Parts: sequence; C-alpha cells; structure tokens
Amino acid sequence: MATAARPQDSSPLFGYVLSRADDALVLGHRLSEWCGHAPMMEEDMALANMGLDLIGQARELYTYAAEVEGAGNGEDKFAYLRDVQHYRNVLLVERPNGDFAQTMMRQFFYSAFVDRYWRAMMSSTDPTLAAIAAKSEKESAYHLRHSSEWIIRLGDGTDESHRRAQSALNDLWAFTGELFQPHPEDEVLFAGGIAIDPRGLLQSWTENVTSVLRSASLALPQSQWMQKGGRSGQHSEHLGHLLSELQSLQRTYPNATW
Amino acid sequence: MTVQNIPLWEVFIRSRNGLAHKHVGSLHAADAALALQAARDIYTRRGEGLSIWVVPSNAIIASDPADKEMLFEPAMSKIYRHPTFYDVPDEVGHM
Repeated sequence: MATAARPQDSSPLFGYVLSRADDALVLGHRLSEWCGHAPMMEEDMALANMGLDLIGQARELYTYAAEVEGAGNGEDKFAYLRDVQHYRNVLLVERPNGDFAQTMMRQFFYSAFVDRYWRAMMSSTDPTLAAIAAKSEKESAYHLRHSSEWIIRLGDGTDESHRRAQSALNDLWAFTGELFQPHPEDEVLFAGGIAIDPRGLLQSWTENVTSVLRSASLALPQSQWMQKGGRSGQHSEHLGHLLSELQSLQRTYPNATW
Repeated sequence: MTVQNIPLWEVFIRSRNGLAHKHVGSLHAADAALALQAARDIYTRRGEGLSIWVVPSNAIIASDPADKEMLFEPAMSKIYRHPTFYDVPDEVGHM
C-alpha cells in the first residue's frame, strides 16, 4: 500500500503531533458519549473524567501542532474543521462504544499502550512533548488501572459479563496492531530522539495485556491479522458519524464562541 | 443487574491542609478497589484530597436518633466544660 502523504504537512513533527492529538480527541469524544448513559452514576463520572483527561491532552497537542505548523491555525481548526480523511488517529479509538465491556476493552488496550508511550516520551529531546508526556502519563496510568480492574471483574464476573467481555476482546483485538506501527515519516523523529519507536513497546504491552486477560479468565484470539489505515487517513465509517456530531456546532455557526 | 445489589460505601477524604479524614459522602461499588477508584473519581475531581478512606456503610454503628435526648441533652447544661473561664494574659497573644 502506498502511504498517503499527510495533508497539510509542513514537517514530520507536525503530522506526528497531530496524529497523537487525534487519538486523544477521538477517544475522549467517545467517552463523552457515555455522559448520562453509564450503568451507574459512579462510572458515569469515571468515564467523563477520563474523557476530559484525553480532551485536555488533545488540546495541548493541537496547540503544539499549530505552533510547529506556524500557519496561524489554532486547536479549533484542527478539531472542528478537518474532514475524516485528514484525521490520523488509530482505528481503535474510533470504534463505537458498544456495550460497557466494549468501551472498557478499548480503553484498556489504548491505556496499556499509551501509558508506556507517555512514560517513554518523558525523555523526548523535544521539551514540549516531554512536558506533555509528563502530565499525560499520570492520567493514563489511572486510566490503565481503572480499565484493568474492570476487565478483570467483567471477565471473571457473571456468565453474561464474561460473554460480553470475551466478545469485546474478539472484536477489538485486530485493532491493537496499529498502535505499534510507525508511519514511515516518523523515522526521522525516532533518529533525533524526538519520538520513540512504538515497536519497542510491544513486548511489555503484550505481557501486561496477557496478564490482565488471564486474571479475567479471558482467552486471547488466535488470529494475528491486524487492521490498519487510520494513520494514513483510511478510516471506518464510524469516524464520519463521530465528527458530524463533534463538529456540528462549528460547521453550523462558523467561528461561534461560548 | 441493578444498583441495589451493589454495596454502599462511605467516603472520607483528607484535604490538602486538613489533618483528619472527613466524611464527604457515599457511593456504590462492587468491592473495595472499585470503591476507592469511584471515590477518587467523584470526590477528588477539584483537587480536594491527598488521601482517601472508604468504609462499607454497613460497618458503621450509628447512634439511634431516638436516644438523642438521653445521649446529648445532659451535656447542654454543663457550660463549665468549655474552656472559657480563664483570663488569657495579653502577652500570650492569639491562641
């Protein structure tokens, strides 16, 4: 597959930061969709808190992307005025919420990755990314703990919760590979110590995930085939629906402010 | 599953400048680990706390409201138990 050049690119760093921001925004928005709908009030708050953490990370990353791009754009432009094919998030984060088990499994896979990612990025040679990493790592560490505890309880809970957790695992497993696939343009960032090569996180992620899933009495899918495409703008139909909601206000009332 | 099946917990938070944990409210959670997480998510979102306790609500032994008069009224008339009968010298300053 020919890798599509990142549109609006002025540098590999710009595209790289934008894609991390997209991960955080899309997953944060997904979590916000639970607001008022979670199985219990306590979890409603937990999901909204995690969503706000992610949207906060997205804002910092978009702001930095705008600075790197140097074209006078701001965070709102990236979040509200880009179409689906310009989004660079991994496919995992745009998966629909489904039931609670689906949401928690998606959160668990992402958090187990991104917590390691941010911890490694704390030693980035780029001081802004290192600072964002230091703040984000504390948030993602809690997301990982919270989602791990739920995965164990769902998998090891009732027959129904086990069935739903196993089904979520089977559905989402193929979306985990993309987290570890670097974009070809990222290589120059790896060489400069600005970004870390995600392939280096795979082994530790796999150990973490396997251990939690074992405690949860859940069986790892046998298939090794992995989905990809989000990082080059090839998204599932779900992202378009998500963005139509996320962007509706700015699209209807351009430049509206609160 | 309904919330009625999930145990109730009482939450105590020690604030940044407080010495003691204070009761802040209650919540539902399936077990102690999730109760601690829920307490963190509900009661410390605005930087309120440095430490959290959760206690199963059914572990709390409460006084009977009907005993209120017997338990508390007798203390009302014992004003000499308040340390307000001393003259504090000016040199002591603010106590």
